[in-house]
Amino acid sequence: MPQGDYIELHRKRNGYRHDHFERKRKKEAREVHKRSAFAQKALGIKGKMFAKKRYAEKALMKKTLAEHEESSNRRKVDDEVHDGAVPAYLLDRETTTRAKVLSNTIKQKRKEKAGKWEVPLPKVRPVAEDEMFRVIRTGKRKSKQWKRMITKVTFVGPSFTRKPPKYERFIRPSGLRFTKAHVTHPELKCTFNLEIIGIKKNPNGPMYTSLGVITKGTIIEVNVSELGLVTPAGKVVWGKYAQVTNNPENDGCINAVLLV
Amino acid sequence: MDVEGMNNTNVMCLLTDPEGTQLGAPMYLPQNAGPRQLQEIVNKLLNNEEKFPYSFYISDQELVVQLGSYLEKNKVSVEKVLRIVYQPRAVFRIRPISRCSATIDGHKSVIVTVAFSPDGRQLASGSGDATVRLWDLNTQTPLHTCTGHKSWVLCIAWSPDGKHLVSGSRAGDLLSWDQKTGKASGNPLIRHNNWVTAISWEPVHLKSPCCRFVSSSKDGNAHIWDISLRRCIISLTGHKSSVTCVKWGGDGMIYSSSQDCTIKVWESLEGKLIRELKGHGHWVNSIALSTDYVLRTGAFDHTGKQYSSPEEMKEAALKRYNKIRGNAPERLVSGSDDFTVFLWEPTISKHPKLRLTGHQQLVNHVSFSPDGQWIASASFDRSVRLWNGATGKFVATFRGHVGPVYQTCWSADSRLLLSGSKDSTVKVWDIQKHKLKQDLPGHADEVFAVDWSPDGEKVASGGRDRVLKLWM
Repeated sequence: MPQGDYIELHRKRNGYRHDHFERKRKKEAREVHKRSAFAQKALGIKGKMFAKKRYAEKALMKKTLAEHEESSNRRKVDDEVHDGAVPAYLLDRETTTRAKVLSNTIKQKRKEKAGKWEVPLPKVRPVAEDEMFRVIRTGKRKSKQWKRMITKVTFVGPSFTRKPPKYERFIRPSGLRFTKAHVTHPELKCTFNLEIIGIKKNPNGPMYTSLGVITKGTIIEVNVSELGLVTPAGKVVWGKYAQVTNNPENDGCINAVLLV
Repeated sequence: MDVEGMNNTNVMCLLTDPEGTQLGAPMYLPQNAGPRQLQEIVNKLLNNEEKFPYSFYISDQELVVQLGSYLEKNKVSVEKVLRIVYQPRAVFRIRPISRCSATIDGHKSVIVTVAFSPDGRQLASGSGDATVRLWDLNTQTPLHTCTGHKSWVLCIAWSPDGKHLVSGSRAGDLLSWDQKTGKASGNPLIRHNNWVTAISWEPVHLKSPCCRFVSSSKDGNAHIWDISLRRCIISLTGHKSSVTCVKWGGDGMIYSSSQDCTIKVWESLEGKLIRELKGHGHWVNSIALSTDYVLRTGAFDHTGKQYSSPEEMKEAALKRYNKIRGNAPERLVSGSDDFTVFLWEPTISKHPKLRLTGHQQLVNHVSFSPDGQWIASASFDRSVRLWNGATGKFVATFRGHVGPVYQTCWSADSRLLLSGSKDSTVKVWDIQKHKLKQDLPGHADEVFAVDWSPDGEKVASGGRDRVLKLWM
């Protein structure tokens, strides 16, 4: 029999200790003071952790109180007509709001020509060359310094084959290669894991664009065919641009916002 | 090859109508006879005063070339009697729609349903902003806004004599509207306690003027209402789940399909259950009758004739109904969530005549062509399939939509089919060539409802982008 169960057995046989409930009441009453003393005394990380926990508890308490209040309150029946009407044949079906049509294809094309977008992140921190690249010393005596290794996340197309190492000036480490990005649709307010098709523009320079370097603010093209977006002419949209919003080299993932 | 010799040889042919009745004795026809010559022969044999157009089918394939080249191509024996089936075609031709003639704003929310009146002169639409709107078709402007519902208007139906308009809402109340003023005539009819899924009027050839209609609801019941008494006469209860579609047949029977996988046949005078058609393995989404078009339009035909008295109208409607129905019993087709379509003859048997398989997703909408010769089924697998309306044989698949197809609609001459889809386009299909005739982009979002006016002049479509589009 486990240790803790003896106490239950004893209680079953003999009942509670004569002052059990009194002690319990006192302990509970003291608990508040104890906690407050701790809250005042605790410093540093401990204090922070405690405050956070207490905050969550209080929020939950308030929420449940409000819920109870709501159930007893009497309110006016709302006569508002709800949004999001669908035909009777779709009422019983699970709806996905992905069919949003992109009516700005012409606008997008025009922008593409000009090479300018109104983007969520208009300005980016310039990345210096020595941050972007690491010099690799080669040669028998390690005296040559013409090789560079890219220290940022890159996208390398599926058809890429390496040059012979002797001629390869830029090394894109395979550990930092990415093929997918978490793309948020700003209107639908949902995020999808989409395949990257290519790099449209790296704001730090055309060389980084051609190398496929992905830093914060880079515009990438993603495959949106699974979102079910359609053009006004009723064709499926499959490539859309998105801007990277995080520092992929620090986070280990690419987050982006779809440009609509 | 001796071409002249070929032309001189004759083929033994037997002309039959779609039901298999022979027309005259088998005869020798020259091999250079084509559809036009056959048409003359049929007109002569039937003693038609006017020349009617016919199309000809040999083993379910349309004959478009001369007999000789058909025989050569399909390697048919010249020794046997060749059975040629003739099908009457519509004497009039509907101009295929090709452009958007008007885009009318007005509704504040999604347009859920549109319907032309049986004579094609009025148009009503129901929307998610709880209003029904009537549109002026001549000036293509809004005519009346009918307010009265408290919730989304899900379905509207014109009576086949064109005198009444009834709409059903999400909350389950039904309202009838005065078309002249756009005001509700009377209080709402409340019996349903969940949303209304379909409304169907009693055919005009059974009773004129029209006063009864049947409505079905999510709550699993269907009710027959009298518009003059303004109350529910009979309740049709028995379905275990939501009733998805209801139709008032031409022989005085009511068909209702439900999510409990059955279709029930009711008798309309006392509301007795006559038959229960079982066969589907999942929800039944939609049903259609071979006589749907003539039941909807009643006495109105392509000539645009107006009738003065209800009796006259009844007589004309009965004549039209009998012509379309012929000697065959009424056929019923049902589309289901189990990806199949069933063809039934409910007056004869409770077992399905045929199970039509082929769709890869649920079938959302089925419809019979106005002459009852074809069945179209719209599915979420992005295709529309065409089936033979008499035998149920598969004819063609129309592919082209990139989203689920929601609704289909036929032109009055059965030569064109219209489909509206989630991919925001409306497409027109050519039935004879099995091809896309016209692609009509223009809507900015999903198209929920399409309707082809019974006189064939116009098409109306509405959807999530809140505008009503008229095409011509």
